[in-house]
Amino acid sequence: MKDISEIRADFPVLRRLVYGKPLIYFDNGATTQKPESVIEAVKEVFTTYNSNIHRGVHALSDKASEEYEKAREKVRSFINASKREEVVFTSGTTGSINSIAFTFGERYIKRGDEIILSHLEHHSNIVPWQLLCERKGAELRIIPINDKGEILFDEYLKLLSRKTKLVAVTQVSNALGTILPVRKIIEAAHSLNIPVLVDGAQGVQHGVVDVTAMDCDFYVFSGHKIYGPTGIGVMYGKEKWLAALPPYQGGGDMVENVTFEKTTYNELPFKFEAGTMNYPAAIGLGCALDYVLSIGRENIEAMEQDLLHYATEKLSRIKGLRIYGSSEKKIPTISFLLDGIHQYDTVMILDKMGIAVRTGTHCAQPVMARYGIEGTVRASLCFYNTKEEIEMLGTGIEKVLSMFS
Amino acid sequence: MTINQVQDAIIEDFSVFDDWMEKYNLLIDMGKELPVIDPRFKTKNYLIEGCQSKVWLHPEFNGQKITFSADSDALITRGIVALLIKVLSNRTPDEIISSELYFIDRIGLRQNLSPTRSNGLLSMVRQIKLYAIAFKTMIKQE
Repeated sequence: MKDISEIRADFPVLRRLVYGKPLIYFDNGATTQKPESVIEAVKEVFTTYNSNIHRGVHALSDKASEEYEKAREKVRSFINASKREEVVFTSGTTGSINSIAFTFGERYIKRGDEIILSHLEHHSNIVPWQLLCERKGAELRIIPINDKGEILFDEYLKLLSRKTKLVAVTQVSNALGTILPVRKIIEAAHSLNIPVLVDGAQGVQHGVVDVTAMDCDFYVFSGHKIYGPTGIGVMYGKEKWLAALPPYQGGGDMVENVTFEKTTYNELPFKFEAGTMNYPAAIGLGCALDYVLSIGRENIEAMEQDLLHYATEKLSRIKGLRIYGSSEKKIPTISFLLDGIHQYDTVMILDKMGIAVRTGTHCAQPVMARYGIEGTVRASLCFYNTKEEIEMLGTGIEKVLSMFS
Repeated sequence: MTINQVQDAIIEDFSVFDDWMEKYNLLIDMGKELPVIDPRFKTKNYLIEGCQSKVWLHPEFNGQKITFSADSDALITRGIVALLIKVLSNRTPDEIISSELYFIDRIGLRQNLSPTRSNGLLSMVRQIKLYAIAFKTMIKQE
């Protein structure tokens, strides 16, 4: 296995300086950096075989289509979907969820129905359902959380009823790092024949994801959060659902036969891929998944858990620092505030020290409201980060404390 | 001092420091020295949109000059607000409307504050100018 300096050498951005200081990139929850192999793969598309997919009968188009479909197969295998027909490329997690909200929503949701979400959702897994509820006269039901940032499972069980038409939950909280018990959530929903959508935006890059074992009905994620390019995402859906749902958008490539009287749709997964897809990004994503597998997902998980424990231990010892989200099961994301110091003041000074962390509500305002705060500072780590960088964050925070006290 | 004289003095103050930490320390100190705003004005009505941290800005017009009082929940932002007040408070509407704020660029505030924060800064300036235009219109009507 590669050692940490070899891993870091794979990511060109990690070599750069910020304000003359080495970059410490702790904003992986927002987007991850890209390994050289991904950058090269995208470059190779444009320099050697760029051509629109599934359309031309010529060498370049064949090659591009073949690589695009290879990428789909890589995604299928990565998440262990049973068929490639179940893997739809989208623009990202947001695109995937909106697509399901429209198609599933149009077909199955009616007045008085309920959709269950958790209190930990990103706005991307709240707003599309809210819009759907407004269109249909349906209602949202929210699984509450405890102070540690864990969902209250018994409360979830109480929310499940005949009215429930869908459960849509995140695999991992982007704001607090909590890993949700999705397997148990799905089991309980399925016992009442309720389908479950899992938002894997913050989950897919931190461990082994097996949609077959998980038994989710839909699983969505973004390419750019798993070391792939931006503008590409995945919508996995069980074939029985995808076959039953109407198309989301109409356009080229998603049709079989078009007359002005009637259009018949292409087979899965193309029914959901209208217009020219972002095939260079899809190919880049396939390459990113290869990279993750080359490091090994169990290895990544072990490295990240080690970083999480080190950082939690380190930061907890700083007087005046309060961590939000203390679930037993977390990804290496640490949300915190310094007593009496505004989060913007904190990140502004950290930035000047070359440390990139995020501040604000992290597109999860309900989570912030639950704690009665307006935002946090979020350090979201991943396997290419180091303990030395965590030490530097500690030093940076001490500096902030000394400047503002 | 004219608006430009105050701007030049601020540029001078900041030019002493090469290091950004020191510039921030100066901003923080200025933030700490900003007189407190009357709590009656820390309401939604006086909140400026477009800042990532909260900024309240209250104008007082005596028929000739506008005096601003302000506050922010973040200390660096308070420092920036304090600078703006130093330059633009206790001025006539015409002075404010015709002012050109070059000190922001010259002390590196625009480049060195994050874009969202920079937008906040521009929102503050816009709000100050809007108040000046409003008071000027008021005088004309009288």
